[in-house]
Amino acid sequence: MENISILDERKDFILLKQGGCGGNGMKCDTNSVSGSVSQRACVYSGARVVLNPITDAFHIVHGPIGCASYTWDIRGSLSSGEDLYRNSFSTDLREQDVIFGGEKKLTAAIEEIAENHQPKLIFVYSTCIVGVIGDDVEAVCKAMSEKYNIRVIPVKSPGFSGNKSVGYKMACNAIMELIKDVKPEKRRGVNILGDFNLAGEMWIIKDYLNKIGIQVVSTITGDSNYENLLKAPSAELNIVQCAGSSTYLANRMEEEMGIPYIKVSFFGIEDTTSSLIRTAEALNNEEARQKAIAFTSEEAEKIKDFEAKYRKNLDGKKAAIYVGGGFKAISLIRQFRSMGIETVVVGTQTGKKEDYDIIESLVNPDTVILDDTNPAELEKFIKEKGAHILVGGVKERPLAYKLGIAFCDHNHERKHPLSGFDGVINFTKEINMSINNPVWKFIRKEAAL
Amino acid sequence: MPHLEYMNACHTAMVLKVVVLFTECYSLDILKIRLWHPQAIIAVHTTCLSETIGDDLTSIIQDISIPEGKYMIHTNTPSYKGSHVTGFSNMVASFISYLSVKSGKKNGKVAIIPGFTNPGDMREMKKIATAMGVKYTMLPDTSAVMDSPMTGKFEMYPKGGTTVEEIIELGDSELTLALGKAASESGAETLEKKCKVPYKVLPLPIGIANTDEYIMALQSYSKQEIPYMIEEERGQLVDILIDIHQYTYNKKVAIFGDPDTVLGLAEFVLEMGMIPKYLVTGTPGDAFGAAANELFNKFGVTDCKAKAAGDLFELHQWIKEEGVDLLIGGTHGKYIARAEDIPFVRAGFPYGQTR
Repeated sequence: MENISILDERKDFILLKQGGCGGNGMKCDTNSVSGSVSQRACVYSGARVVLNPITDAFHIVHGPIGCASYTWDIRGSLSSGEDLYRNSFSTDLREQDVIFGGEKKLTAAIEEIAENHQPKLIFVYSTCIVGVIGDDVEAVCKAMSEKYNIRVIPVKSPGFSGNKSVGYKMACNAIMELIKDVKPEKRRGVNILGDFNLAGEMWIIKDYLNKIGIQVVSTITGDSNYENLLKAPSAELNIVQCAGSSTYLANRMEEEMGIPYIKVSFFGIEDTTSSLIRTAEALNNEEARQKAIAFTSEEAEKIKDFEAKYRKNLDGKKAAIYVGGGFKAISLIRQFRSMGIETVVVGTQTGKKEDYDIIESLVNPDTVILDDTNPAELEKFIKEKGAHILVGGVKERPLAYKLGIAFCDHNHERKHPLSGFDGVINFTKEINMSINNPVWKFIRKEAAL
Repeated sequence: MPHLEYMNACHTAMVLKVVVLFTECYSLDILKIRLWHPQAIIAVHTTCLSETIGDDLTSIIQDISIPEGKYMIHTNTPSYKGSHVTGFSNMVASFISYLSVKSGKKNGKVAIIPGFTNPGDMREMKKIATAMGVKYTMLPDTSAVMDSPMTGKFEMYPKGGTTVEEIIELGDSELTLALGKAASESGAETLEKKCKVPYKVLPLPIGIANTDEYIMALQSYSKQEIPYMIEEERGQLVDILIDIHQYTYNKKVAIFGDPDTVLGLAEFVLEMGMIPKYLVTGTPGDAFGAAANELFNKFGVTDCKAKAAGDLFELHQWIKEEGVDLLIGGTHGKYIARAEDIPFVRAGFPYGQTR
């Protein structure tokens, strides 16, 4: 397709960084434009990805089988315990149920699980159709909770109720519902919010915190379980990794439980270092702060030679970033810069205004910033700006390959942990492996012109 | 190997306002204006949401002024009715009922509906049809679209596939071959009703007898002798089956997937002397069980079970009760294969990644 044109309604969601200070900012944090090809998933999917890593929960998707099937085991979240979360449970609503209501089927599904599997925790997701036919999911959950004396928590996530961010919020509400009434005694340590233990990343972060003498009380939701989640209210501090999905929960926990929070990111040396130090500072723990400084400078020192070795392979390359949340995009810009790679296109699915302000302040003039973009726009700007690699998720991979540029998966399906110092090594290797791969030499250059 | 291919879909971004106010035209109007260029056709799928709030696509499309030479069609795909095979089958039928026209002059072609198969299968079916001297139109044809080559230039609309003109001309076909009853019969039936094109339903050409049947159906139309190329390939396959026959004989297999694929694979393993102990499809419908039982009788195997509208949980339970030597199916079979430590051959849809 030549001369890709941008839809008029989309123009306000795109910003070209000017020289000097920013202008009036850009449009973001709103519903997708009808007729564009948004890369966002639905409300239900947003809720599901946040709650799915809870390893011993039963996730019942109240809706047609498709909703459960498309989100079955989609996250590469690892577990140190149960494997239950890798299953999908569905009420498999059919035409008859749409006409006569699906409450009976939902009740039967919960009863079957309660009677056969000794569940501790069940989440019931409402999908589009449930929102339309008006099943009283809350009442069913309440009745079942009482009947079996287990926690059955509704997650209100019909697709038409907004965008993926609304799903995050509904998931956060479900977690609050689970933990708000437990009042455990206060203990030392932090909760890690918004890390989903993709490829075992939660374990790396936990390990770092333990090394500097900070206890991890609960993890939300990577490698978490029912017992562990109930301890969350006892922590002193929340550290929030995926700001897009979990800031809402952090805010509620601050207001209702008095647990303050800080936003952190463990992607790249710079952000990992500052996150560990800021966590110690937020706890007023001078000893931990000193340990964090010592630990991070030691680890950074260890990979200096590694970085130098790869730097010559990567220096001067240009990157395009399209990820879910704003905080990850910010980390990636910094991380790329430390590798000698400049970001020329950057976008997020659910970034907030403050995220875009930071992004704008970080990137070079002439960088394109996009909110809730689509493949046509990505194609246009990747070509215009001459990016060598695209970092994104599963939906972006084929686009990059079709455009003949390198790709790195920084989403659910990543195979290697990309956080912490270990992550820096994996990330650098992955970028190098793709960007300097001989496969690109076989593309006929004359055709590409 | 799993194959990564790029496919876009556009959406109307229905939000609360649309759902509550039933403002159907609002979404579709926007969509149509944006999409006319450069495609010739827009195909609209409904969802459980739009179906239940009562959007009437037929009248909406009638009300839209469609530019000369452009087309808009729709099919009903609420996810609470049938399965993805139903959706596939509905869309093929809708293409035909909206577009195909009988001009009164036959075009000497056979319409081939290849079933819910992948582009590699379609290439093979087309190769055989060409070898048999049959002119055809295949609908749908995802070859050279979903397996398009890397040419150095990104094409949003690769050159393969069935053209709108070809779909219109399907009305002038001599015969329809519908491969796979569940996925393809409804399209063939629609073409017969609308344009009086007679049709034959064949099994998917998987295994020796089913492929023979496909070839013979083509031959009965073209009256052409079977070329050596086909004899050679068939001979090579039989040669392999002989080489391995002691290993496969009486081995028990569980097969799951889409109905036509499972039935094709079941017949193939029966030809290898294996026993298709369990056949499971998620797609509802009685025809599957009946066809499976017919197969069991044909080969004289007993103690085999077949189930439509089943799931992998149930299949797993069956395997726990009485084990099998081999599992064949799509990517999700990995959980059973790992848990029961049985070899797993991937076939069918979806054919995805491992973890």
